[in-house]
Amino acid sequence: MTMSIEAKLGLDVFKIDKERHITIDTEKCRTVCTTKACLWVCPANLYEIDDQGNNTVNFEGCLECGTCLICCDHRALDWHYPRGEYGVQYRMG
Amino acid sequence: MEKVDCIIVGGGLAGLSAAYGLASEGLEVMVSERGDYSGAKNVTGGRLYVSPIRQIYPELWETAPFERPVVRELVTLMGDGAHTTIELASERFATPPHQSYTVLRARFDQWLADQVMEKGGMVITKNRVDDLLLEDGRVIGIRAGGDDIGADVTIVAEGVLGLLATKAGLREGLRPEDHAVGFKEIIELPEGVIQDRWHLNDGEGAAHLFMGSVTRGMLGGGFIYTNKDSLCVGIVVGMEHLRKDAEQMNSYKLLDAFKEMPMIKPLVDGGTTVEYAAHAIYEGGIAKSPRLSGDGYLLVGDTAGLSLNALVTVRGMDFAIASGYHAARAVVGARTRGDFSAASLAQYDQALKSSFVLQDLETAREIPHTIENPRLFSHYPQAVSRLMEQVFTIGPGPSKKLSSTVIGGVRKDFLNVATVKELLGMRKI
Repeated sequence: MTMSIEAKLGLDVFKIDKERHITIDTEKCRTVCTTKACLWVCPANLYEIDDQGNNTVNFEGCLECGTCLICCDHRALDWHYPRGEYGVQYRMG
Repeated sequence: MEKVDCIIVGGGLAGLSAAYGLASEGLEVMVSERGDYSGAKNVTGGRLYVSPIRQIYPELWETAPFERPVVRELVTLMGDGAHTTIELASERFATPPHQSYTVLRARFDQWLADQVMEKGGMVITKNRVDDLLLEDGRVIGIRAGGDDIGADVTIVAEGVLGLLATKAGLREGLRPEDHAVGFKEIIELPEGVIQDRWHLNDGEGAAHLFMGSVTRGMLGGGFIYTNKDSLCVGIVVGMEHLRKDAEQMNSYKLLDAFKEMPMIKPLVDGGTTVEYAAHAIYEGGIAKSPRLSGDGYLLVGDTAGLSLNALVTVRGMDFAIASGYHAARAVVGARTRGDFSAASLAQYDQALKSSFVLQDLETAREIPHTIENPRLFSHYPQAVSRLMEQVFTIGPGPSKKLSSTVIGGVRKDFLNVATVKELLGMRKI
């Protein structure tokens, strides 16, 4: 049986900061973005549209690859690495 | 402001290689690593080509924590329900000195950080650099957690995203057409099982790449690398193709589908997935790589765009280590001259140009736009496998002559204007 993406992320060590390291300018997503590539490019599947129709990201499971940042046409992401000692800590890499 | 001889932003292979060289020469060097340890944020497929760097720090490779030397190279062209594998089993690759080894970065980078500290270099972990400090256009140090630290020269080894270098105006921003994303599972299996599945002698390793239906025609492919007691099983896919994917399929599902393919399933069967990782890869080539140095700074490794996907050989870690080495030598030279200006640090650019790093990237200049062609990832793997399937098929009726099967297949799939044009394009690579 295929392991769900959530279960895969559950194998990783994350040290979760209370400060989020990805902030979405949802206004841009709503008004200028028609593609919403963030919803499928993220290899951790962290992006979704919430009940209010806003793009959201579950930054806690971020693998810090930057794919969303690079693929966003509209520079709608304020994206930086988590503070030192936070975020994913690969045990194998 | 506190000051050291050299600050290195990022404790991956490029940064640690530079630190090792500088610490060996007695310079005061501080590496700032944001992870809990070196390697905590690093990912490889992957394998390290040691041959190009064996003469760089020769004492290091004797004790390095390699997984397995790669003695078997396999490339599978995946069609629709039929796949063709080309396998090279090289006795030369199996004989020391081995040209390449599989590695796991969390282990490998921690080991290299230990070597740096033994030489007297400082590796400060859990320490994210927030900014490069600029004064009159020159880099004079870093800001980290509210503290400013100065340095004669700052080596930027922050990895592929290069966020700090971009913010400081030292390189351009990130373009999807120049990048791919790789993601993989690490799947544990007993050593003997791995050796049986890839026909390996004790301790030997294989690198197995997959092109074609695995990425549904998008630039990229699948990979399996054998570690000691685990496999790295993953997918690489070009970001420009991925974000324009008409099906808008979640990227991670490519890996799930890959693992479920009838030819892959028995290779990973019974294994236990223990980690899932993802990382961006620069594939823009030398044509789009940034300026390597300037007043008070040097860019090394992925930050400098030093990586190369030539389809069957994928490199970056050897370039990272070599660029770190040459950066250290250039800093030592600049220190002797007492001059850390762009003109003085250009010694680094010159050294890279005379080394395999920029020579190999120059040779590969035309590769990035050649491999953008989606036919490489759909038409050709499909055509090869279809032809091979015909050659091996005995149907209920009378068979055609082998020559007419081959000629028919070649005429249909390879003798056409598009293929001839592509072959002409291939001459450049």
